[in-house]
Amino acid sequence: MFFLRSNYGHPEFRRGALDSMSAAPGLAAWGLMTGVAMMKSGMSTLEALLMSVIVFAGSSQLAAMPLLAAGAPMWVVLATGFCVNLRFVVFSAHLRPYVMHLPLLQRLATGYLTTDLSYVLFTSRYPNHGGDAGQLRAQQAYLMGNCGVNWVGWVGSSVLGVALANFIPAEWGLGFAGILALLGILFSLASSRLRLVSAGVAGAAAVAAFALPFKLNILVAIAAAVALCLTLEKS
Amino acid sequence: MTPDNDPWTIVIIMGLAGVTVLTRSFFFISSKAWTLPRWAQRGLQYAPIAALAAVIAPEMVMTQGHFISTWHDARLFAVAAGALWFFWRKGAGQAVLGTIVVGMAVYLPLHLALGW
Repeated sequence: MFFLRSNYGHPEFRRGALDSMSAAPGLAAWGLMTGVAMMKSGMSTLEALLMSVIVFAGSSQLAAMPLLAAGAPMWVVLATGFCVNLRFVVFSAHLRPYVMHLPLLQRLATGYLTTDLSYVLFTSRYPNHGGDAGQLRAQQAYLMGNCGVNWVGWVGSSVLGVALANFIPAEWGLGFAGILALLGILFSLASSRLRLVSAGVAGAAAVAAFALPFKLNILVAIAAAVALCLTLEKS
Repeated sequence: MTPDNDPWTIVIIMGLAGVTVLTRSFFFISSKAWTLPRWAQRGLQYAPIAALAAVIAPEMVMTQGHFISTWHDARLFAVAAGALWFFWRKGAGQAVLGTIVVGMAVYLPLHLALGW
């Protein structure tokens, strides 16, 4: 975890923190507007603060808000959160070899902290998992530096949004900065023709399949892009 | 002014935090040895960029679940400006930060002053 000495004492920790800082202003604006949205949806201050601090998943928070406001049963809210988060199940399959050397509790905490942004930056810096203990330590340190900045930025900005909810109208659209941050990261990943194809196919599929419930369009888009790229790779 | 705390809502929020742990660590939980098939390992290298594109594309070109029908949308101009900046400054460091700043510098005036 980012508070373990083996991580924050490692030079890769700093590198991971710096890499996520370039996107941090965008994600902070997004966190801010998520905090505002929670208060506007009718949650109490305590509920909104608790959600900011412990749920740590913007898309499932946004999906849960209207359900909570409508008094939906617990299983409906949790099942919706699970479906909206399904892409992380795919990411966890990818990240498994990088974390299996850790004890269970640390693996769970690592997973918990690894958002879209950290997953993307981490796999871009380390396309292959480490072969020896030193490499695995460096990778974990990088990931935790990255996640640490994200966690502090997300929680801090959401709490600020909860506090300033009456002063920041949602109509300003400040949350769009979060989309621009992810767009910049996407550009920096577009290092090969097939990756560009992957992005184009996934973007188009996510728009075309938008009507699917539970944000399943994202999962469908990833599957379509990966399948097409594998086919093109062979030919 | 703010609504009362509802204990049941608080339980659900804790449950959602559990869902975050469960989904993000899904394949970390069992320590039984297994590896992904080779094709899946190769395929996963295309997953990160696909996931990003899938998350952001609808936010750039859709409103209320429908494809936008007008060019008068501040987001399109912000994305174009951000993209131009990124590819102009590529490799100069902080290109991502520049994408955010330039994009918002285009987005906010169009959105707030013109209502696009």
